[in-house]
Amino acid sequence: MANRLTTFGNDLYTGKRSFNFVGGRRKWYTIAAVLIILSLLMPFARGFNFGIEFRGGSQFQISGVENAIQQPAVDAVAEVAPDAVARVTIVGEDGVRVQTDQLEQAESRELTTALADAYGVPESEVTSSFIGATWGADVTRQALLGLLVFLLLAAIVMALYFRTWKMSLAAILSLLGDLIVTAGVYAAVGFEVTPAAMIGILTILSYSLYDTVVVFDKIRENTSEEGEESRRTFPEAVNLAVNQTLVRSINTSVVAALPVAAILFIGAGVLGADTLRDISLALLIGIIVGTWSTVFIAAPLYSQLREGEPAIKRHDQKVLKERERAGGSAAEAVTVG
Amino acid sequence: MAAPTKRSSRPTPVRKAVRSLTWLGVLIVALFGINAAGVIWGDGSWTPKLALDLEGGTQIILAPQLAEGETVTQEQLTQAVSIIRQRVDASGVSEAEINTQGGENIVVAIPGELDEQTRNRIESSAKLELRPVLLADAATNQAITPSDEPVDGEADEPAATPTVEPTDASDPNWVTPALQEEFDTFDCSTLDDTEANVAPSDEPLVTCDSSRTIKYLLGPVEVSGEDIVDATNGMVQTQTGGVTGQWVVNIVFNDRGTEAFSEVSQRLFAMNGQTPRDQFAFVLDGAVLSAPQMNAVITDGRPQISGGFDQESSKALADQLKFGALPISFEVQSSETISATLGTSQLQSGLIAGLIGLILVVIYTLFQYRALGSVTIASLVIVGIVTYLTITILSWREGYRLSLAGIAGLIVAIGFTADSFIVYFERVRDELRDGRALVGAVEAGWKRALRTILSSKGMNLLAAVVLFILAVGSVRGFAFTLGLTTVIDVIVVILFTHPMLQLLAQTRFYSSGHPWSGLDPQALGAVYRGRAEFRKPVAASSKKIASSSREAQKRQTIAERKAAQAEATVGAGEGKES
Repeated sequence: MANRLTTFGNDLYTGKRSFNFVGGRRKWYTIAAVLIILSLLMPFARGFNFGIEFRGGSQFQISGVENAIQQPAVDAVAEVAPDAVARVTIVGEDGVRVQTDQLEQAESRELTTALADAYGVPESEVTSSFIGATWGADVTRQALLGLLVFLLLAAIVMALYFRTWKMSLAAILSLLGDLIVTAGVYAAVGFEVTPAAMIGILTILSYSLYDTVVVFDKIRENTSEEGEESRRTFPEAVNLAVNQTLVRSINTSVVAALPVAAILFIGAGVLGADTLRDISLALLIGIIVGTWSTVFIAAPLYSQLREGEPAIKRHDQKVLKERERAGGSAAEAVTVG
Repeated sequence: MAAPTKRSSRPTPVRKAVRSLTWLGVLIVALFGINAAGVIWGDGSWTPKLALDLEGGTQIILAPQLAEGETVTQEQLTQAVSIIRQRVDASGVSEAEINTQGGENIVVAIPGELDEQTRNRIESSAKLELRPVLLADAATNQAITPSDEPVDGEADEPAATPTVEPTDASDPNWVTPALQEEFDTFDCSTLDDTEANVAPSDEPLVTCDSSRTIKYLLGPVEVSGEDIVDATNGMVQTQTGGVTGQWVVNIVFNDRGTEAFSEVSQRLFAMNGQTPRDQFAFVLDGAVLSAPQMNAVITDGRPQISGGFDQESSKALADQLKFGALPISFEVQSSETISATLGTSQLQSGLIAGLIGLILVVIYTLFQYRALGSVTIASLVIVGIVTYLTITILSWREGYRLSLAGIAGLIVAIGFTADSFIVYFERVRDELRDGRALVGAVEAGWKRALRTILSSKGMNLLAAVVLFILAVGSVRGFAFTLGLTTVIDVIVVILFTHPMLQLLAQTRFYSSGHPWSGLDPQALGAVYRGRAEFRKPVAASSKKIASSSREAQKRQTIAERKAAQAEATVGAGEGKES
C-alpha cells in the first residue's frame, strides 16, 4: 500500500536512489545565474507596474454595483476632474475600482458623490483613498531596512546555531537569489507592485530560510555524526542529506503552497480582495523558488565552501583512496566537476 | 483518538504524554476562562475586533515632514500622538485608535463615517506661535466698535496710512484699513472653518481666543512653539520659601527663543499700559490660548505667566504650551475610507480562501500520511482554537485588530504550521526505516525533529519580529499573526502532536503498522518490524541487493549499517562489513 512518494522516500533515504544535487552544481549555478540575470533585466525590459501606493493618487472603489461596467465611472471622472486620467477596473462581480491622479479634497468628495450616483448606490458604498506619493517610498525604505536587519540577524543566528558561518553564507546567498527571482517574476507577470506584494516578498525571507534550516539541520547531523569514520566524502554526505530530506521538502512546500494558492485563486478575481492577491502571488513564487534554491543552490554552495578546508580535503582523499583500493567504480560516486 | 486508559506499569512516554496533554488542556481552559471573564466583567467579546479594512471606516496616515538628515524621536512621536488623541476626543469620536507605526508615522483609525470637521482637525498640523497683540475686542461686539475700547489711539491712525512699512512686530502700521475691516467684521463663530484663522508667520492674523469671547488682531510671529523647551505650572513662591497660593505657568525657552523673547519683552514692557499692545498671545492652531501682559523685561528665557489661574487651568495651559504644538509638523500621507460593504466582502473572501486552503492541506496530508494525517488535522484544529482565543483576548486587552493582511498571515500559517508536523512525521518514518519499533521511533524521531523545528521556527519568528518592528502599514498585521501562529505552532507540536503520537504508538492499529496508519514499516522499507520480530527487507529483491551491494556498502548510513547488522543476526542478509 505504499504510495509512490513513500517508496521514493525510502529509496532516497537509503541512498538506493540519489540525485546528484551537489555534483551537478555547475549546472544548477548556471540555471540560477541565468534566472537571476533575467530577473535583473526584467524590470528594465518591462518595468514594474507600481501600484497607486507608489505613484500617489486617488482611488475609489464602488461596491455592491448591480451592473459592473466601466463607462459610468469614466464619465463621472471626466465630469468632475476633466484633466485626470482615470483607470477603471472591474473587481470581482459587483465592484468597480477607479484610480486617478491625486485629486483635491473637494474634487475627491465630488467624485465620490458622482460615482455613487452613476452606479446607483448610496455614498457609503464608495470607498475612497488618497495616497501621497511618498507613501510607497516610505514603505520601500522600511522594507529595505527590515530586509537588511533581518539578513544580518539571521546570518548571526544561523552561524551560531550551526557553528559555521559557511552555512550562514550559503543560506543567505541563496535567499538573495530567491528575492531577486521573485521580484523578476513579478515584473514579468506585470502584477501591480503594492505594499501587500512587498509583504509577500518579505515573507519569503522567512519561508526560504525556514526551508534551508530544515535541510541544513540534516546536513549538519549527517556530516557531524559520521565524522572521521565516514566512508563518504563531504560532498557525498551533503548530497545524501539533501536526498534524505527531499520528500520532506516536497511535502512541506506543497502544504505551504496550497493555502497560498487558495488565497491567490480567491483574491485574483473570484471575490476581489487585492491585498490577499498581492501577498499570495509573491509568496507562491517565493515558496517554489525557495524550495528549489535550498536543494539546488544552498546545499551545493555549502559543500563547495567547506570542501577546501584542509581537514575535509584530507578526509575526502582518504575515502577516495580506500574506495579505489576496494575497486569501486568511481563513475557512480558523486563527482564534483 | 485513543484515550489514554489507566494501566499499571505504564511506560514513561505515556505518562509524559498525559502530562503534556493535561498542560495543553489547562492552557486552553485558561485562555477560555480569561476571555469568558472579559465578556462577563469587561468589555470583551467572543469575536476579535476587526480592522478598518474589514469593518469599514477611515484611516489616515500622517508622516512627519523632515528636513534632510533629521529624524523623529520617540518622545516627539508620543507627544504628537497624545495631541492628536486630544483633538479626536474633543470631536466626540469614540473608538478612534491613534498609533505610531514604523517608528515615525502616525496612524489614525476611526471606524464608521468620519465628518469633515473631525477630519480637518486631525489633518491640521498644529502650530504654536507667539504673536504680539495689536488689537483686541470683545467677540460679541458687532461690526464697528465704540472707541471706549482699550484700543490705543495710535492704532487707528496708522491704519489710515498703510503705506508706512512696519518696523517691528508690534508696529501698528501692520493694521491696514482692509485688515481693520476684517477685524471689525470678524465673527468668532467662524473660527473652526479651516480658512478663517490662518496667516503666514510674517503677516498679521485675525483670530479669537479659544473660548470665543475676545477677538484679536495679532502681529507677525515672533517666537514659535518649537522654541519652548518646557512649560510647567506651579505656585508663586515668596522670598521666604512660602507659597502664595497663586498659580502660574513657567515657561523655559531654548537659546533662540530666549533671544527672541527677550527682545519682545523689552519692547512690550516699554509699552506697559498701552493695552492691548503690551500683550503677547500664544496662538495654537490659529486660536489664542492666552494673551498675558508683559510685566517685566525677561532676558533669561524663563517667563512666568500669571493671573487668574487655578491649578487646573494653569496645568492645562502648561500642557498646551508644552504639547499643544505638534513637536514636528506632519503631513497626510494617505487617507483611506473603506465602505462597510467592501470590508465585509473582503472578510468573506479571506475566510473562504482560508477554508479552501485548509481543506486542500487536509486532503494532501491524508493522502500523504493516511491515518496519521488525522493527527495533523487535530493539531491544526488545536492551533486554530488557541490562535482564535489569543487573538480575541489580545483584541480585548491590547486593542489588537484583525486586518485583511492579518487574515492572510493566518491562512499562510496553515501551511507553515503543517510543515512542522511533516518534519516530525518524516523523522519518525526515518527512524522506522532505521529499524526501530514504533514507540522507539516516535521518541528518537521527536528528539531530532524538535531540534529542527525549534531552529527553523526560530528563523520564522525572527523574520516576523523584524517585520513587525520595522515595517509600515499592513505588513505589521501580517507579521503579527505569522509570528503568533509560529509560537502557538511550537507549543501545540510539543503539547499535542507529540503526545498524541506517543499515545497512538501504543495502539495496535499503529504499532502493528497497519497499511493505512501511515507508519507501515513495510512500506517504509524498514528491516525491523514490530516487537522483536525481524524480517527481511521487502523493498529490494535479493538479486538487486547483490548487484548493488558493493555500491551500497560505500553509501551506507549509520542506519543502514545497523540494519545490515540486524539482518545479519538472523542470518538472512548479506552486505556485511568487509
